Amino acid sequence: MSIITIERKVLEKNDQIAVGNRQLFQEHGIYALNLVSSPGAGKTSILEKTFQELRGEMKFAVIEGDVQTDLDARRVSQYGVSVVQIVTLGGCHLEANLVRDALKKLDLAAIELLFIENVGNLVCPSNYDLGEAMKVVVLSTTEGDDKPLKYPAMIRNSAVLLLNKIDLLPYVPCDLDALRKNALKINPALKIFEISCITGEGIPAWCNWLRKKDYSL
Amino acid sequence: MHELGIARNILEIVQQSIPPDQEAAVKRIRIRVGQLSGVVPDSLEFCFSSLLSETQMGQAGLVIEKIPTVSLCKDCLHRFTVDDFVFSCPACKSLNLEVISGNELEVVDIELVDD
Repeated sequence: MSIITIERKVLEKNDQIAVGNRQLFQEHGIYALNLVSSPGAGKTSILEKTFQELRGEMKFAVIEGDVQTDLDARRVSQYGVSVVQIVTLGGCHLEANLVRDALKKLDLAAIELLFIENVGNLVCPSNYDLGEAMKVVVLSTTEGDDKPLKYPAMIRNSAVLLLNKIDLLPYVPCDLDALRKNALKINPALKIFEISCITGEGIPAWCNWLRKKDYSL
Repeated sequence: MHELGIARNILEIVQQSIPPDQEAAVKRIRIRVGQLSGVVPDSLEFCFSSLLSETQMGQAGLVIEKIPTVSLCKDCLHRFTVDDFVFSCPACKSLNLEVISGNELEVVDIELVDD
């Protein structure tokens, strides 16, 4: 019987490519946000609202990750931002190599803020570093106030929480205080914005934070 | 279900670590899975066993060492296991913590049966 010591990270290949992506972002002065949520929480709507609010002020680009279709890319391209669609054909998350390949299709010199919209999934994307500066997690009131407790790894690994669909609070059994408390128990440093893409409430606060270009939390 | 990709990575790392003619001798592969790693051990085991038929490692077993989340309080230096993902120091209630373990997702070693 012989034992061979390995001691290697299972995701080392992904992590190495992520380091390369991060270097590329730094060289070009690009701030990259990895946007994660369950399907239907409002990631694409938030991007649309953000581009409406900050049109002409900042240079954006978007990498869209979806299991199928380029519907999201078509939605955000209406706002005059560069967009690359990644179709994962079943893959439940984006990996660093997919982002690396997508970056080749963008004019990096013309980007200040890059949104990487991950595949809708609150589990798998938390493992995969894409080279982003931080993860921004979106939860919506219709999902219920227990979601941070059910998906703690994603909450722990994110720096910002966007609580979307607050216009629906009168109609859904979601206790915003409890949701906030649950999220902060897991990640006390989490920065939280409460927003509605329908009424526009909270969008200016979120955009002001983006506008500052000082993303220290 | 990203465990399939993870299982594939594990087998690749093993294949890179031994000569091809040794694959059949792999008896067990030991990995470390942290509680914060987002990997479900049962799913990983299922995916791993499904992929074994694509290799010469048909006899290999997966040994999963589950690593709890351990934090160090930066204020009072209390070291504790984080239960239920509540990240506050049980001794002084501080939120100023460093996660010492729990993020692991690593191949530790492999055991080969001698000829």
